[in-house]
Amino acid sequence: MSGLIHRLMTRGRGLVVAVPYVWLLLFFLVPFLIILYISFSEAVIAQPPFTPLAELVRDEDFGTTKLQILLNLSNYQRMFEDDLYILAYLNSVKIALITTLACLLIGYPMAYAIAKAPPSRRGTLMMLVILPFWTSFLIRIYAWIGILKGNGLISNFLQWAGITAEPFEILYSDWAVYIGMTYVYLPFMVLPLYATLEKLDPALLEAAADLGSRPFRAFLQVTLPLSLPGIVAGSLLVFIPSVGEFVTPELLGGPDTLMIGRVLWNEFFANRDWPVASAVAVALLLFLVIPIMVFQHVQGRQMEEAR
Amino acid sequence: MKRFGFLSWALWFGYAFLYVPIVLLVVYSFNESRLVTVWGGFSTKWYGELLNNDKLLGAAALSLQVAAVTATMSVLLGTLAGIALSRFGRFRGRTLFGGMITAPLVMPDVIIGLSLLVLFVSMEQLIGWPEGRGFTTIAIAHTTFAMAYVAVVIQSRLSGMDESLEEAAMDLGARPAKVFFVITLPIIAPAIVSGWLLAFTLSLDDVVIASFVSGPGSTTLPMVVFSSVKFGVSPEINALASLMMLIVSTGIFIASLLLARQDRQRARDEQMAMQGG
Amino acid sequence: MASQPIRKPTRLEPWQDPGQTPYVRIDRVTKRFGDFVAVDEVSLSIHRGEFFALLGGSGSGKTTLLRMLAGFETPSDGKIYIDGVDMTGIPPYERPVNMMFQSYALFPHMTVEQNVAFGLKQDRVPKPEIRDRVAEMLNLVQLGQFAKRKPHQLSGGQRQRVALARSLVKRPKLLLLDEPLGALDRRLREQTQFELVNIQERLGITFIVVTHDQEEAMTMSSRIAVMNHGKIAQVGTPSEVYEYPNSRFVSEFIGSVNLFEGIVAEEQSDHVLIRSEEAGCDLYINHGVMVPPGTRVAVAIRPEKITLAKEAPAAADGRNLARGLVREIAYLGDMSIYLVQLAGGKTVRVTAPNVTRRTEMPITWEDEVYLSWQPFAGVVLTQ
Repeated sequence: MSGLIHRLMTRGRGLVVAVPYVWLLLFFLVPFLIILYISFSEAVIAQPPFTPLAELVRDEDFGTTKLQILLNLSNYQRMFEDDLYILAYLNSVKIALITTLACLLIGYPMAYAIAKAPPSRRGTLMMLVILPFWTSFLIRIYAWIGILKGNGLISNFLQWAGITAEPFEILYSDWAVYIGMTYVYLPFMVLPLYATLEKLDPALLEAAADLGSRPFRAFLQVTLPLSLPGIVAGSLLVFIPSVGEFVTPELLGGPDTLMIGRVLWNEFFANRDWPVASAVAVALLLFLVIPIMVFQHVQGRQMEEAR
Repeated sequence: MKRFGFLSWALWFGYAFLYVPIVLLVVYSFNESRLVTVWGGFSTKWYGELLNNDKLLGAAALSLQVAAVTATMSVLLGTLAGIALSRFGRFRGRTLFGGMITAPLVMPDVIIGLSLLVLFVSMEQLIGWPEGRGFTTIAIAHTTFAMAYVAVVIQSRLSGMDESLEEAAMDLGARPAKVFFVITLPIIAPAIVSGWLLAFTLSLDDVVIASFVSGPGSTTLPMVVFSSVKFGVSPEINALASLMMLIVSTGIFIASLLLARQDRQRARDEQMAMQGG
Repeated sequence: MASQPIRKPTRLEPWQDPGQTPYVRIDRVTKRFGDFVAVDEVSLSIHRGEFFALLGGSGSGKTTLLRMLAGFETPSDGKIYIDGVDMTGIPPYERPVNMMFQSYALFPHMTVEQNVAFGLKQDRVPKPEIRDRVAEMLNLVQLGQFAKRKPHQLSGGQRQRVALARSLVKRPKLLLLDEPLGALDRRLREQTQFELVNIQERLGITFIVVTHDQEEAMTMSSRIAVMNHGKIAQVGTPSEVYEYPNSRFVSEFIGSVNLFEGIVAEEQSDHVLIRSEEAGCDLYINHGVMVPPGTRVAVAIRPEKITLAKEAPAAADGRNLARGLVREIAYLGDMSIYLVQLAGGKTVRVTAPNVTRRTEMPITWEDEVYLSWQPFAGVVLTQ
């Protein structure tokens, strides 16, 4: 509405937008274009370790110069031919889905309980959820190693209780990755869920009860549908970064815990194959484009509502 | 929460899930034994060894510097971006801008790291800058994703702020730049502070992006922790983790005490206003 | 319903004096937001010292018009002159105009004193003068002892007065007030209405107030512009727009009214006779209208101008006399509202002051009653 403020600020305003805009273009958008470029080149042992796509070629027979553009599709071809990549993608999606579901199952009741707590206590309860987020992510993953190890706390406890005789090792398996990732991403689920549930008018549930709906039915028919935006936002906030997760599977997963983030890391650091790493990144990005756009849509709508 | 029903159980289970690992971590940092899982008596010797570990301390110093620079740049850029998004309505290229601001919130670290590395390499070839990789490239990379978080924090604070405050200042004769510094900035100051802290924490926490864009001789604390953790647990890391946890929780504790006091004061003031009205 | 205007009558009001040049001139101003026309070719002349009200419902364009005067919006077409100066392209911080915001927009991080001093500081007024003028202003709004408080330490009424003081302290040529009483409760609102008028008369500043509350507009203002769909429906003194509404919209928007459809049967310079099936009688009105016989018109009659009686009044000639059954009675203390259904089915609203005690009230539900009114009571609406 305040069209004038905008016009007034035109001079200073240009700068206000331009500085972060240029920064993001240079350090966020351009890098993707370079990755796209590299993904079509060939790996060579050189600095940088890939071939240029366009070359000026001198044709001696005719005495002409040609601009020769070579698009190497083999990096992408390899991804369809080698099982490793497809399996890694599928496994990443599987792990991300399980993580999202686990976060939702643990996080929803938590968010709901906090939203129903007396207003004076909500702040503290919510802070307790966010607090781990302020401590190092790496250290929180690390904490699980001591718990999940073969001679770790869970194993020792199970042996002491007589449930197993052998040391029980969860570490270096998919299960350890599920636990670790759920642990790390839980606050990201609780936060948006709490935000929608807290805004919910309690009179709605009273009205449902007054009209004869039992609490569980009222929950299913009133609370759940109204908290859907929070569920979507929270799920995307967990799912998208989970797909590309690297640290958790690297530390808690076994050698056979294939995830695309690890594949990319290894192509880059172990094999020094930049073009394949770039192709993997492009493919991962293409896969994530739709969830990211949905996330931005949800995020944008919440911003509009907050106005 | 009169009955200790399902919800309470779920809540306490959630908190236990979040905190038991952290508590165990701290407890075992005082373990005499090198074997993390066997209690060998109380000891603070790992803290002592930590203080003699020059490699760790050097990495920590680098990380803190990077984090401080990152946080400051992120606040500058993120505040500008937040203002543009919440106050400028529609402008050309806004969709792309909004997209670039929210995408880093969910973008996998490996992609950001890889893409920034190839950018730095290409830039060095083209214009000779940045020369090699290290402090500067890590700070730039961290700023790029941390500013997105700051922008979101600032944007939501600005959206919640009554726009007529700015109009009133202008109506009373203040020029736009003055309005920003005298009215808008003081009002969003708390959001700027929390944005700074958030960016600081994010930078201090990152291992993946830093691994891509750091060079020889610039190893950050998370990178050191990551490589030593890969070879299993060590009580020294427990001690380090406990120290970091102590610092963070002290900071948050003080902040929440201040906030609570402010809230109480505010409640008292409002009551006074009602009675005096 | 409508309180009488509390202004003292002067001999010749400025808007009636052709020699006076208007202080604020709005010249065919239009404001479009995309396809939506918020303000549609509005022209208005407002004179020095007036208390002018822009009255209308939500979406009528009144606030947009006010924001264009303040400089927060730019007209898509047309011009605004204040004291003879074209305001086009002049930003809000350079206009001799101040505004009191609906939300008050008090700066939360400044004390009452700092809030009021803010505008003077922008003009680099010397410090001692700022101090004196702020103190004087705070005394005027009776907030002297609250100078050091922050806005959240004040009650709603006090905040409203700080906002007023802050917008007046620069002695603007024109003060714009956006729903100034909207956030106050009913009792405080009534009291504040009188305060506002007193302050305005003492300082002699021209006020333009936007309101959706017709009672507020009637009580405070010298003139009212009724707005509808971005257009000015009628401009006039409170009694003019109440007694002589020029359209159905104005008559229904201000106060309540009974509208009778009818056909002009006789048209003279000093009276009209309208045949109305709805009313079940002929309506005789002692002012002329410029429409030929046979035209369909509506006649507006205010509820308080109709008299109820159980027996037909003496000397009734069948004109301005209707019969019906009392369907509803609402007792409001000072007066009662009767809804009377006429033989033709139309329901007429009649108000009568409760001069006598209720126990002696002669008219009750389902009574057959006569409704009568004087020739001056009706207004013919041709639009």
